[in-house]
Amino acid sequence: MRDAELISGGLADAGLARRLKALACTAPLHDLDARKAKLDWADATVYQMAEIALHTIDQVTIAMDFDTGAGHDDVVRRLQPFIAAQAPGRAAAEHLRVARWVLDNLINVGTADRGFRRVYGSFDASGAYRRRAFDFKLLVEVVSPDGEVYLRASDEAITVLVGALDTDVESAQIAAEVKLENLISRGRLTDARLAAEQARYRTVQYGETLRARLEATRRDVRSVDWAEEMPALLDSALSHIEARFRAENAILRNITKARDESTDPGHKRRAAELVDIVGDCVSRHTQLQTRLQAAGAIFRAEQDRQQFSGPPRRATVDLFGQLLMPSLDLALADAVVPVERFFHAVAGLEVPAVPALPSLVSLLLRPAPERDRLVGEIPEPELVPAETTSRYSDEQWRRADELLALREGPRRLSGLLAEARGSDPALARLVALRAVHSYSPEVGAALRQGDEHALIAVDDGTVLDDDEFGGADLVLATAGIERDTGFGGPAGVRRAPEEMEGAS
Amino acid sequence: MSRPVTSGDAESAARLISFGLRPKQLPGRDVVYAELVRRYGEDTGFKQLTNSIAAGLGLLMLDVNTQAGAVLAAADESVFEIKMDGYARQSKIRERRDTEKVLHGLVHLATAALGYPRPDDLANDTYIGRVSVEQVDGVVREACRILDERAAKSGDNNDPLTEAPELEHAWRAYARRPAAAATKDGRLAPDTTRGMVSRALRFLADQGFLVAVSTEQGGTYRTTPRYQVQVRELAADSAFEELLALGVVTVGDGAGSLATSAADTL
Repeated sequence: MRDAELISGGLADAGLARRLKALACTAPLHDLDARKAKLDWADATVYQMAEIALHTIDQVTIAMDFDTGAGHDDVVRRLQPFIAAQAPGRAAAEHLRVARWVLDNLINVGTADRGFRRVYGSFDASGAYRRRAFDFKLLVEVVSPDGEVYLRASDEAITVLVGALDTDVESAQIAAEVKLENLISRGRLTDARLAAEQARYRTVQYGETLRARLEATRRDVRSVDWAEEMPALLDSALSHIEARFRAENAILRNITKARDESTDPGHKRRAAELVDIVGDCVSRHTQLQTRLQAAGAIFRAEQDRQQFSGPPRRATVDLFGQLLMPSLDLALADAVVPVERFFHAVAGLEVPAVPALPSLVSLLLRPAPERDRLVGEIPEPELVPAETTSRYSDEQWRRADELLALREGPRRLSGLLAEARGSDPALARLVALRAVHSYSPEVGAALRQGDEHALIAVDDGTVLDDDEFGGADLVLATAGIERDTGFGGPAGVRRAPEEMEGAS
Repeated sequence: MSRPVTSGDAESAARLISFGLRPKQLPGRDVVYAELVRRYGEDTGFKQLTNSIAAGLGLLMLDVNTQAGAVLAAADESVFEIKMDGYARQSKIRERRDTEKVLHGLVHLATAALGYPRPDDLANDTYIGRVSVEQVDGVVREACRILDERAAKSGDNNDPLTEAPELEHAWRAYARRPAAAATKDGRLAPDTTRGMVSRALRFLADQGFLVAVSTEQGGTYRTTPRYQVQVRELAADSAFEELLALGVVTVGDGAGSLATSAADTL
């Protein structure tokens, strides 16, 4: 068999790409755990970041309904008890910070698109392997009508969360319901609770799909087919809700009975939780139904608002159909020219300011203008410590310390270098750097560090005769620091020699 | 104009142009301006003189009427020109320059499309459109959704190729950009689409093309006759020509595509 046949033999199909995408959605969560050790503001290894992330997505999903989502601060507050349970010994401020960190990372703050991108490969029609990018988001920020920014979980996040990676919303919901009823009839309440929760996520997801359609209708009646598509959608949604009401009420009756009759306190508690969850499901369906009933009125009102017009009296361009849509459908590289032409023509004029002395004076005397409401966001850089922080080993530092502890009086650099080279060729460089650094010692810093003594270097004009280094053959001495006066003499302070090397 | 041009004529013509350079000044509020507009309409010689002076300055007289006043456009490489590079410079996050330019350009296109939803609105001198930040962003996102559905229906894998980011569709770049983002100081982040839209609308208001009406829906504005002239006489055509050259549009029948009810069009 040829390679191409092997590949196309069902191994690399659309399902592969789908599974890769599903896998990609979990990557940001794993990434959190991989990066937690590198956080410099806390030893975050005790926290289970992926768990916290899933819990965050849960919180946002539960808070989602038709009009709003969860506020940032709200989510952070709800997360704190969960985080605190993982590390009870840590300060509340740290828990707060962990919550913020996880939330920021799920939004992916700091990137322009606030999303994630994973590269995957697929075979095109000609059988060539092409690398493609899959863009997705976990938590999205949306503006409410009153201008507040709140969070919603993306479809990808909800799908990852419920673990059903490639399923139809409606059928998955039915499956979850059937499972739930079975579990209850067999008395397995823990599993029943799980299934009920899944059913709730499904409900939210279903509501989200409908919300998007209704919102589109509100924005532009003609963007949705109201002759056939929308009535059919509303019909199926309503019958769906009807079926769910029946199913959930039946479940509710069953578990309420189970709750009241059960003698096992554990069973009783779990059944009570289940009653709450299913009750929540029912109220969500009610909300959805209210929305569906209002949909027709929305359509009629919008239709009235957008009056119909006669044929144009002179030939003009259809801005939407002939400019916006084609431009959106172009590749970025091709779209630049048309949109730039449009901007150029529509932006109008900029009258160049001609400076004149009288106006310059008043210009200078004018109070500073109010700052722009839209200054750039200040990104908070996440600093990861470099892999190797020291060029010289601890052993080399110790040996250099020994060499430079000049208790018997001043010595010349050349002598020290020769001695250093005798033991370790690399050591000479460290000694030379420390000698140069002590030429201008920072007494204040040495004092603050509580050093007992400091190295001091003096140039007496002798030239250093060395193969590796040039400059003056410094005279080095150790000077003690007197604490009483706070100024006992010149003192040096040890600084990382890498910095100095970088500077030179 | 059979009589010779006097220096007084030249001064009047230049004054009309200088009125046009102040987009917020309107003939209805200034007797001198109104008189010059009237003269431009009636006196062919004066009209030619004004057009010539404008051309010499690197300006184009798009239209002169009593509602909008003198509507001018900058010729290429003129000192009055507003460069897109300068406009799109704001963003501090390192993104591809072209992407930022396209996104800003699309926002301006959508603003005009929403201000004049049907071809007739653009042609009708008395039409006044309304736009808001929420609507402009919503219209583009809706269009992106339709293009996304259309792409999904075609069945081909159309996720962007990583080795050729410039071939990514513009709607994808827009759809991916968040509508809003919370910032530490509670202001609108400028690199979000709503930030871009609200910037564009305020910019157009500064240029006398829009007038702020209220702060509802992130800022609501109404269009001015000047904006209509600008879009109709110049902007729409110049962008249309480019698209025509790319072969992605056809000349329509004037009915407008916004009214069709098929699911795959707007």
